[in-house]
Amino acid sequence: MKLFAFTKTAEISEAIKNAADAETAQQGAHSRFVAGGTTLLDLMKLNVETPDKLIDINRLDLSKIETTRDGGLSIGALVRNSDLANHPYVKSHFSVLSEALLAGASAQLRNMATTGGNLLQRTRCVYFRDTTFACNKREPGSGCPAIEGENRTLAILGTSDSCIATNPSDMNVALMALDATIKISGMKGEREVPIAEFYRLPGSTPHIENVLQPGDLITHVVLKAMPAGSKSAYLKLRDRASYEFALASAAVVVQVNSGKITGVQMALGGVGTIPWRAAEAEKVLAGASATEDNFRKAAEAALQAAKPQTQNKFKVELSKRCIVHALKTATSPTA
Amino acid sequence: MTATTEKSNSPIGRATNRIDGPLKVTGSAMYTSDHNFPGMLHAVPVFATIANGSINKIDTSDAERMPGVKGIFHRSNIGKLFRVAPNSDYNAFSDEDRPPFEDDIVRYYGQYVAVAVAETLEQATAAAHAVKVSYSEKKPNVDNKLKAESGVKVESERGDAQKAYDAAAIKIDETYITPAETHNVIELHSSVAVFDGTNYTLYETTQGVVNHRNVLAQMLGVEPESVKVISKFLGSGFGGKITPWTHSAIAAAVARKLRKPIKIVITRKMAFQSAGHRPRTEQRVRLGADSKGNLTSLQHDYVNHTAMIDEYKEECGECTKYLYSCPNLRITSGLAKRHIGTPTPFRGPGAVPGLFATESALDELAIKLKMDPLQLRIINEPVKDEGLNIPFASRNLIDCFKTGAEKFGWSKRDPRVGSMKRDGLKLGWGLAGASWIAERWPAEVAVELRDDGTAKVSTGTQDIGTGTYTVLAQVLSDKLGIALDKIEVVIGDSTLPPGPLSGGSMVTASLIPAVSKAADKVIGTLLNAAVKTPEAKYFDVDQKEMTYTAGVVHRKNEPASAGISFQKILSAGNFKFILGKGSSSSTFTDKPKESKHSYGAHFVEVTWQEEIARLRVSRVVTVIDAGKIINPKAGRNQIEGAVVMGIGMALFEQTHYEPTKGAPLNSNLADYIVPVNADVPDLEVHFLEFPNKQLNEYGARGIGEIGLAGFAAATANAVYHATGIRIRELPIKIEDLLR
Ligand SMILES: Cc1cc2nc3c(=O)[nH]c(=O)nc-3n(C[C@H](O)[C@H](O)[C@H](O)COP(=O)(O)OP(=O)(O)OC[C@H]3O[C@@H](n4cnc5c(N)ncnc54)[C@H](O)[C@@H]3O)c2cc1C
Ligand code: SF4
Repeated sequence: MKLFAFTKTAEISEAIKNAADAETAQQGAHSRFVAGGTTLLDLMKLNVETPDKLIDINRLDLSKIETTRDGGLSIGALVRNSDLANHPYVKSHFSVLSEALLAGASAQLRNMATTGGNLLQRTRCVYFRDTTFACNKREPGSGCPAIEGENRTLAILGTSDSCIATNPSDMNVALMALDATIKISGMKGEREVPIAEFYRLPGSTPHIENVLQPGDLITHVVLKAMPAGSKSAYLKLRDRASYEFALASAAVVVQVNSGKITGVQMALGGVGTIPWRAAEAEKVLAGASATEDNFRKAAEAALQAAKPQTQNKFKVELSKRCIVHALKTATSPTA
Repeated sequence: MTATTEKSNSPIGRATNRIDGPLKVTGSAMYTSDHNFPGMLHAVPVFATIANGSINKIDTSDAERMPGVKGIFHRSNIGKLFRVAPNSDYNAFSDEDRPPFEDDIVRYYGQYVAVAVAETLEQATAAAHAVKVSYSEKKPNVDNKLKAESGVKVESERGDAQKAYDAAAIKIDETYITPAETHNVIELHSSVAVFDGTNYTLYETTQGVVNHRNVLAQMLGVEPESVKVISKFLGSGFGGKITPWTHSAIAAAVARKLRKPIKIVITRKMAFQSAGHRPRTEQRVRLGADSKGNLTSLQHDYVNHTAMIDEYKEECGECTKYLYSCPNLRITSGLAKRHIGTPTPFRGPGAVPGLFATESALDELAIKLKMDPLQLRIINEPVKDEGLNIPFASRNLIDCFKTGAEKFGWSKRDPRVGSMKRDGLKLGWGLAGASWIAERWPAEVAVELRDDGTAKVSTGTQDIGTGTYTVLAQVLSDKLGIALDKIEVVIGDSTLPPGPLSGGSMVTASLIPAVSKAADKVIGTLLNAAVKTPEAKYFDVDQKEMTYTAGVVHRKNEPASAGISFQKILSAGNFKFILGKGSSSSTFTDKPKESKHSYGAHFVEVTWQEEIARLRVSRVVTVIDAGKIINPKAGRNQIEGAVVMGIGMALFEQTHYEPTKGAPLNSNLADYIVPVNADVPDLEVHFLEFPNKQLNEYGARGIGEIGLAGFAAATANAVYHATGIRIRELPIKIEDLLR
């Protein structure tokens, strides 16, 4: 770990100003906010993140969960994953988010992890985390050993020749299905970015993962109320029963009216380089009847563009089964 | 089922809480890295980031200038370290024979090339990272395909296995693979070395304080008397701490150089690289049987990977030679050298990977024969150890199977693949046998009776978490008839009478006779003191008329209640304490007269939810006959722990070596998957306690390893029953079942 300066602040504007001198808010940033620290400190110990300056934002007033006038939610960036998952309104009105959060990490980690930090957690690609290897995401242009190497857990959707790393988050998958909006404060003021526009595909610049600029602070995540009659489910598949990142996961929010699907939002985890909105599957399902056959067709559509690597071909089928089962669960009469 | 009659107040066989439990739960048990000394420095190794090649240059200039740094040591400045000559008595052996920094050649990724020493761990870590090492790098060989490279060795042979195989009515010819596994003990390997100019005191994480002392003395080039090794509590070993690893010699050598106490705690990553692992094995099993299921031929040819300069053999054929009756058998072994750190024993070495292969193959044979796999075992039950042509000392494998079958409900099994269901899940039921050696290491024990009414037992063994403290107290309590809380157990120190290595599941069996003899000796000394002490009431009585019962000295012809407590006699005679020593010998011999083993059987149920490819172990019944169980509480804990490890072996664990650099890639506990609580169902454990009195008077054998043996095969057999997919390479992964 490199020596670094450590500052604390209770003022949002000061935090932003303090971070704004960095050249980038992406890989290699010289200033970093630290929230729960469960991603950042881990990577600093591995010398993958080498900031000169840490700005502790835990004292900012961003720890509230508030309902909005239309029945949605405004979630402060510092709300802990465990508090969010166990919040009564989240459990009753956004259970898919609660389920996704509780499927992630461990109780101890969830107690530390924050909403903002979770949005920005980094890939678990083993090469990214080991500085003795090349990695385009960590050192642009150095190469991607994962493509020929250890790629069992890596992505099959949204990959490029430069990078196939998975976005490992569970929470982000639910937020993607819920069409969350991310509120950002920066040097130029406040702005709102739909989550669908927040992440960037790796393309030839895998070190740039999202739209954040130096000084940008995520302040809130805002959710609209789910359409009336919505049912939802989050399903996570992995090797062991708990405390492991997803091999495949699916978050579905669906409205069914007399056997017909009148609306659906679906996102996939564990398979995409970013939290993956399954737009093609949604198209197949829109207006279709809620049958297993149609679910399977939707799953086929969702994985149509999948590009498996040497070790992760199984994820194509696994992801399809995950989608079908999540849809079955969400549309079952007891859901 | 207890075959011994016992005194009702004897602690032997009574479920007993660990006597060291309070120390552990209050955090006051001193583990190795808990030791701190004034002026102590922290050392952090710098490891090679290539697996094959040589060191060109070690540039320490930046690192040396960093805050708190006291030195960067490597081949040219650490001082001389010597090799250890392997010896057949197992009292000075190390798996990695090359002392650290011996030459500039790098033979595996993670080999230590230097060490940074500083005032704090953080400073030393930063300095280690700042050391720049340049290498001449060659492509490493960490190839997963294993072939016997320098010929095969015939391990056991009888009849003509090939001829019988060719003629057999039913044949199985399959290859089974078990991956490299890393022990991943909770307590990381560490050393705290203190050197006073003459003597070394080494606090170590070791499963053998005496062996560790002898090895380190040789490496440092000093007499064993000037080295003392302490290991009071261990956060487990699983075989990974049987022999010293190179960080230990580095700590001692730096302490010698700087005359300061030195602490090294290796990282989890280093533990994957340079502190041993179970090597990968590739095992071809060929079975021939007649149409009734009698085995006519058994061939087991196995190869394991080993390091470039250490020939570690994983004895996969260990159990094959005696487990079932078969007139024609041939077992061969071979080694494949790889640019990987030195392998080492891992809980149940040999038997564990070996039984995965043979017990899977037997299941495949039973399916071909359309025969119940339990019946196949019964048919092929031998009447003697056919490998050595000697009788069994105790063999109750079929009892284990039958008891397990009854507890599990095996008779309700429908053999058709995928036919059994519960709650919409497919069920798979599988079984497999287990076996493990039952021998003794040599042991010496000292017992004291003290004038405060307490007793002490001491020996240079160690408690690796299995409950040795408690077992020693129980045995002495039984021998002396003194309450457990009046007994002090002192172990974990190489200056004590040499005790057994915690390896091979033999500590308990080895210690019992020695404790027993030491107790008899101390009682003799006590009786002698009684009749020679004028102040005591038995002065000048013929010692032959005297006896000892439960802490009391009395005449043989009077009840114990008429006697005097030993405490009073010692006080009266002005004795602070009296001492008795006992020893017992190793039972290993080239020509054993009896075949001594423990046996067991696992019954495993898996659930298979095909629509989401979810496989879980849902029910386990394990029956073990390991003779008398001294402490059923600790015993059960051993078997349950082994079964949990078995779930890991069957479904999750494997160390991946990256082909270009040879690095173990998943060298952390997020990427090396082990079972979590949610993966473990309720485990049912039963002991059949057929005693083996040849080993010791209670007939206790070992239980540390047998619980893992066979488990992976029982799981793979259950998976076949549920899915129709035969997995011959561990672990059983989702992708294998998603066909
Ligand atoms: C062993 C382990 C297992 C895990 N398993 C899972 C799992 O199964 N599923 C899962 O989803 N996650 C898992 N996680 C990841 C965990 O969810 C994340 O580490 C956590 O959510 C990150 O939140 P944090 O507050 O600790 O982030 P930090 O580490 O504090 O920050 C992460 C990044 O976000 C930046 N940041 C933080 N807050 C803000 C803000 N408000 N504005 C701008 N930038 C900000 C930081 O500068 C940093 O770059 C696991 C983590 C570990 C260590
Ligand atoms: S997949 Fe991405 S993160 Fe992994 S090695 Fe390649 S470039 Fe790096």
